[in-house]
Amino acid sequence: MRPSPEPSSTAELLRVEDLTKVFNIRHGFSTKQFHAVDGADFSLQADTPEILTIAGESGSGKTTLARMILGMEQLTTGVLRYKGRDVASLTRKEKRSWFFGQVQPVFQDPFATFSPLKRIDHYLYETVSNYKMADKAGADAYIDNVLNEVGLSLKEIKGRYPNELSGGQAQRVSVARALITRPSLIIADEPVSMLDASLRMSIVNMFRALKEKQKVSILYITHDLATAYYASDRIAVMLRGWIVEMGPVERVLGSPMHPYTQNLKQSIPSADPARVWTQKIDLADMDGEKYSHTGCKFAGRCPAVMDICRKKTPPNVMHEGRMVKCFLYDKSVQST
Amino acid sequence: MSNILEAKDLKAYYMTQAFGVRRTVKAVDNISLQVRQGEAFGIAGESGCGKSTLLKVLLGAHEPPLTVVDGTVKYRFDDMEEIDPLALDERGRREIRWKKVSYIPQGSMHVLNPVRRIRESFHDFVRTHKKVSQAESWDMARNYLRDLGLSEEVLNSYPHQLSGGMRQRVTIALATILWPKLIFADEPTTALDVVVQRGVIQLLKDIRQKEGSTLVLITHDIGVHANLADRIAILYAGKVVEEGDTKEVLKNPRHPYTQHLINSLPRLDERSERVSIPGRPPALDNPPNGCRFHPRCPVALDKCRTIDPETITLEPGHRVACHVVAEEVSHAPVA
Amino acid sequence: MLLTIRDLFRFSPAFRYGAIILALVFVLVGLSFFSPYEPDVNRAVPRNKPPSDVYVFGTNSNGQDVFWMLTFAVRNSLLVASLAVVIGRGIGVLLGMISGYLGGRVDRVLSSIVDSFIVMPRLPLLILIASILRGQMTMASLGVLLGLLDWAYPSKRYRAQILSLRERGFTDTAVFAGMGTLKIVVQEHLPFLIPFLLADMVSGFLFAIGFEITLSVLGLSDLSTQSIGTMIYWGNYYQALLSNRIWILAAPIGASIVIVVGFYLVSLGLSRYLDPRTRLLRLQVKTT
Repeated sequence: MRPSPEPSSTAELLRVEDLTKVFNIRHGFSTKQFHAVDGADFSLQADTPEILTIAGESGSGKTTLARMILGMEQLTTGVLRYKGRDVASLTRKEKRSWFFGQVQPVFQDPFATFSPLKRIDHYLYETVSNYKMADKAGADAYIDNVLNEVGLSLKEIKGRYPNELSGGQAQRVSVARALITRPSLIIADEPVSMLDASLRMSIVNMFRALKEKQKVSILYITHDLATAYYASDRIAVMLRGWIVEMGPVERVLGSPMHPYTQNLKQSIPSADPARVWTQKIDLADMDGEKYSHTGCKFAGRCPAVMDICRKKTPPNVMHEGRMVKCFLYDKSVQST
Repeated sequence: MSNILEAKDLKAYYMTQAFGVRRTVKAVDNISLQVRQGEAFGIAGESGCGKSTLLKVLLGAHEPPLTVVDGTVKYRFDDMEEIDPLALDERGRREIRWKKVSYIPQGSMHVLNPVRRIRESFHDFVRTHKKVSQAESWDMARNYLRDLGLSEEVLNSYPHQLSGGMRQRVTIALATILWPKLIFADEPTTALDVVVQRGVIQLLKDIRQKEGSTLVLITHDIGVHANLADRIAILYAGKVVEEGDTKEVLKNPRHPYTQHLINSLPRLDERSERVSIPGRPPALDNPPNGCRFHPRCPVALDKCRTIDPETITLEPGHRVACHVVAEEVSHAPVA
Repeated sequence: MLLTIRDLFRFSPAFRYGAIILALVFVLVGLSFFSPYEPDVNRAVPRNKPPSDVYVFGTNSNGQDVFWMLTFAVRNSLLVASLAVVIGRGIGVLLGMISGYLGGRVDRVLSSIVDSFIVMPRLPLLILIASILRGQMTMASLGVLLGLLDWAYPSKRYRAQILSLRERGFTDTAVFAGMGTLKIVVQEHLPFLIPFLLADMVSGFLFAIGFEITLSVLGLSDLSTQSIGTMIYWGNYYQALLSNRIWILAAPIGASIVIVVGFYLVSLGLSRYLDPRTRLLRLQVKTT
């Protein structure tokens, strides 16, 4: 068996280095290249668990990024290291024996996550036995323990089918299943978007508690900036494969710097009557397909677009404690 | 301003029999609503509250096993007498469909014919309701889309060439091109990107302004109601628990469920702990006695467990169905 | 399960009548164990007697009671068909599922094998093999042969089902729960195939019965064993039709029609029941 490369730095839990995923789409006889994820770069520290939100609209690449980190999708270029080991070079066996015990997913639709023909506890017992978290005798107690962490108990769900539970309950069981192997990283892809608005906060609260008590880091993928603001420590905003702004969530969402982030923030309908929209937006320039292929991907829609934006790719600039991919904050440009 | 839509004491149940077991789901249980001409009326509620059933009944589009057990629904357009959508046959329904009453379904972006260009879909559509030539219908479509801020090249495209948001807006245009007086929109912004959502909300506003049509908006997203609806009705477990001016209801929610709903929404300006009431809405085949919210209500009284609360009027236009609020009102000193 | 069957009875006239017919067929099969005559003994009774009180379906030219021979015939034909179905669908399900789930090279190799089997002309091939094996063809080997020729097309269908099941969310959950490939395919995906499998098995039955009858009528199977086909063969051999001894042929032909109709009605009722579009209609309470 080929030995895995030596861990380079165990201080980092997850290191995403210049990660790119290109899909080749055939249009008749020609092939177009679609950069779903383009040069994503960030890391999670191992000693301090945190909740990092990857926010973006559909087509931003956030789900593809999540799938690559989970090992479900192959990378095109770049490096993905988990606890120092190169994820792309793990064999299937290594994945099953080590990686899946460390990194677990929570998916969007709790009713698609479980087979409707199987009792929901079946998956819990399977995970316990396949990763040898407890022996047969101790399995019940172990599972009950984990369920308590998500606000449920084994008695409530034992023997029941997924359609007998509510969306909120089923999603909690999904999170519990992910927790069974005591992972260090949970990738949650839109975990609350299919739940009622009043339930979302209880699940998000649960994530916050898990981070504190169980010391689990969570990669929270969503398009809902409101729950992101509430749940996360840091946030990375994605646009068409790029991370355009990343930093502490109060800064990025409190005073967004990148024009796209500003646009996103303004577009959220607020339930507070004092904050309803008063301005009309110009519908005509919302045709989202006019993304340019050279220069900044947002140049076609950006209210502050400059000449250079259409020609060159903006650099990643550190400004006011966060990363911004925009010429507006590039001192070398601003000074000319 | 007269009422364009009136529902009185509406009861619609799903009555099924399978494996020898009878089951009655009281999805709409004694709902009365009045929608004034020209206003935007929002119906808010979470999953399982009965709003999709209510919509079906208001459209007269209910099918077995959904049966209207009691109550009436009436449309009142000013140039015609009352229409009872529940009593219409297929021909009658087709007469008013799209011309007087129109319906924007959920996920409507998928209703466009994938093998026809948009302008052909418009033509097919208009032609079934009005005698027009191809050139005339294309003209209509072009002008209408331009007014709505959609570019002309949309007309020449196929649906798959447009983004999801564009398709949604095209479908809304399609549903409203014959200037219906009464528009029902079922979750028009769900599954859309947040930036596109804003565009759709604005589109609906613009359409209303132009034609003076009435909009009945059904969605669980309170933020959308805040920006679009003049009046709002909150549905819980098949009943209307609070109804009134949107600004008023959102600023001063009186019913405990409305309060819970609004407090549980995350906001972009504070990260303080958000408390949510535990439990979930009751299954509608076996609802609790009395007030349906009482098992989860933090201020439930004894009588809430047995007696169904009556709807009382707090201020003109603001109605609540709650014993606790009723007690407060009757004990409040007269100003 | 029982509730489903009771519901089927109530709702589907097709299923009801089909089930009744099949029940009668199985009664007939059961009677074969109480037959006063052995199936391979000739001249046990007077030959060529028309139906009467003593001989319910008459007697044939070999000197056997047609009714009791029919019980053996039905039993054997059904056994052959069962063997064919078990072998055929068994191979088809297994290979189809593995091919669909694993994809890649395994899928390509298996698919080419499947395609080769599909294009084979089965009836001529069966006739050829049967002619070569003339003396040594038993009913059991016929069953096996039929099974081996009928697994390919079904396996394609199962593969298609698995291809779509593989994309479902719970497959990913199973992977992350640490389950291995075989476990996933059998435990997670197979249950979805069961309703499909049931309807498919019925069609397999009908195929097998039809082919058995065809081969036997042509004289290519084991003529010393009673089966529906061999009864017809012997009837033809002694020219039952020409000599106006219709009962000798009518009994096996009638039985085959009854069996086919019975199975067909059952599968019709089942597939309509499983069709989600009729579910809502079924649930409706009749308020009038």
